[in-house]
Amino acid sequence: MSLVVENITKRFSDFAALNDVSFEAQPGEFLALLGPSGSGKTTLLRLLAGLDRPDTGRIDFDGLDYLTLSARDRRVGMVFQSYALFRHMTVAQNIAFGLNVRASKDRPSKAEIQATVQRLLKLIQLEDLGKRYPSQLSGGQRQRVALARALAINPRILLLDEPFGALDALVRKDLRRWLRRIHDETGVTTLFVTHDQEEALDLADRVVVLKDGQIEQIGKPLELYRHPQSAFVFDFLGTSNQVPASLSDGVADFGGFSAPVVSPKALSGAQTVRFRPFDTHLLREGPGFEAKVLSLLPAGANLRLELQSPTGQVFETQHAHDSEASDLCLNDTVYLRPSKVYAF
Amino acid sequence: MTVNATPTPGAVPLATEGYKPPKATHKARVLPGFGLSLGITLTYLSLIVVLPLAALLARPWEHGLDGVWQTISDPRVLASLRLTFTTSLLAALVNLFAGLIVAWVLTRYDFPGKGLVDALVDLPFALPTAVAGVSLCSMYAANGWVGSLFAPLGIKIAYTPLGIFVALVFVGLPFIVRSVQPVLAEFDAEVEEAAATLGATPLQTTLRVILPSLAPALLTGFSLAFARAVGEYGSVIFIAGNMPFVSEITPLLIVIKLEEFDYAGAAAIAVAMLSLAFLSLLLVNALQLLLSRRGRA
Repeated sequence: MSLVVENITKRFSDFAALNDVSFEAQPGEFLALLGPSGSGKTTLLRLLAGLDRPDTGRIDFDGLDYLTLSARDRRVGMVFQSYALFRHMTVAQNIAFGLNVRASKDRPSKAEIQATVQRLLKLIQLEDLGKRYPSQLSGGQRQRVALARALAINPRILLLDEPFGALDALVRKDLRRWLRRIHDETGVTTLFVTHDQEEALDLADRVVVLKDGQIEQIGKPLELYRHPQSAFVFDFLGTSNQVPASLSDGVADFGGFSAPVVSPKALSGAQTVRFRPFDTHLLREGPGFEAKVLSLLPAGANLRLELQSPTGQVFETQHAHDSEASDLCLNDTVYLRPSKVYAF
Repeated sequence: MTVNATPTPGAVPLATEGYKPPKATHKARVLPGFGLSLGITLTYLSLIVVLPLAALLARPWEHGLDGVWQTISDPRVLASLRLTFTTSLLAALVNLFAGLIVAWVLTRYDFPGKGLVDALVDLPFALPTAVAGVSLCSMYAANGWVGSLFAPLGIKIAYTPLGIFVALVFVGLPFIVRSVQPVLAEFDAEVEEAAATLGATPLQTTLRVILPSLAPALLTGFSLAFARAVGEYGSVIFIAGNMPFVSEITPLLIVIKLEEFDYAGAAAIAVAMLSLAFLSLLLVNALQLLLSRRGRA
């Protein structure tokens, strides 16, 4: 067991930023802390780095009691959302900082530091930019320098706070792949904070979903997606359509048509059920939820439709480009039938 | 329009390389008025700064180059110049540290009466210098509050160069504090935290991370305090004792020359002082430029 977080609670004056949070990370694991803003994910990261202290709870790493160690003794590589690079130092000096500040008996020789910097510059693919200053770099390059600087101290854990938050979509996707590769090469236990579910599911070995300072669910991306434990997780991980239904024996009855139910517990009676845009069929004739086509737009490999029921509710559905949905026109009346619904 | 994006050969670009937005020229600005504002600037600076200085430069030559040289190579003048510039330098140096600490306390901590302390810093700006001189003198004279503490130790403050130094420290303090304070206030806390997570001690964080970022502001404050000290007259003459060769500052010597109707001599000393001050500021500006090259390109 590498990182153990147990019963962590942290209050800021009158509101609980974290409430009894516990989880573990395996050695070398890539963990995402996912949640909306204000869910306590950055607070959790700061507690791990030693920049704040929890009110109660325990943080251990390989048997080391982290709460007795100050930030500088934890050897935690932290990449801040603002990158927090040292503006008056070159890229190479930034990366070497963590080695240069060591006490002389632990400090590697000048040549060794030089070699480490070169190796890291190569890793972040900025070999020729060692002499530049942070202000001369693009956002994505700064991000990579911040990562190299954190990696230089050979950290026990790597913590990243919204690592791609400030970058544009294209750079983001590139860096995401690249970060995963760096992680696989270095094998350092990594936690990153994000509010972007796509990023978390795409990148992490496991995802910790936080809501209002509490853990909603921990699981592998697929697990999370296929078996969400709460309505919050379901809604947070993607578009969700909600309809009332009557449940019994794992089947949701909508009056005239029905769909199988996925649920963490056995539910029966009248419930609100949820379904994803792509777990749907569109038919020209009922039974089904009657709706008018409001918009019809391409969304990558799919066709994304917005449908409006006579009561004003808007459904979002997705279908293959070559499905019957592509023959629809605006304001056509269709009947929507979910093929699978979730209930909590 | 220029684009300063130099693609670096050999690097595999993952992200778009350092693109800098083209520098806005006045033609591209939303607000017009470049011609007008530049015209006002130049006219104003000419009237207020350049013309009087030019008149000063024209003044000392009525006894020829020899006359000027004789005036400024007078040992009494040289002694006063040495005194003025060294005490100003020392005072600015002391204020550099004291001012940094004051600015640090005012930006970093909250304590009762902080607003009052903050206002106190500006007092040397606001006080008529003669008032400052008189009160400092009464404080630091051998029978004053502070002076009487030092008198038994054989240290005289008022009526010695030490007194001049005290007066110059007094007038210079706000310059350092007010230059450093805003920069320190805007300093990103995450940068300090980053240094801590990388293993830096608080001292290392201060010396290697915070101070270098403050260097340009410190230098600005230093040069302002120094310039003010060199030109300071009112507060100094009360406390200095004004003994030739010992505690006589150059501005006073200029006044003495004027009272003797030696206008050319006064102007000669003034020109010497002006050139020295100009050289010092030039040096500071060169340093400033060097600092700003680093990282703030």
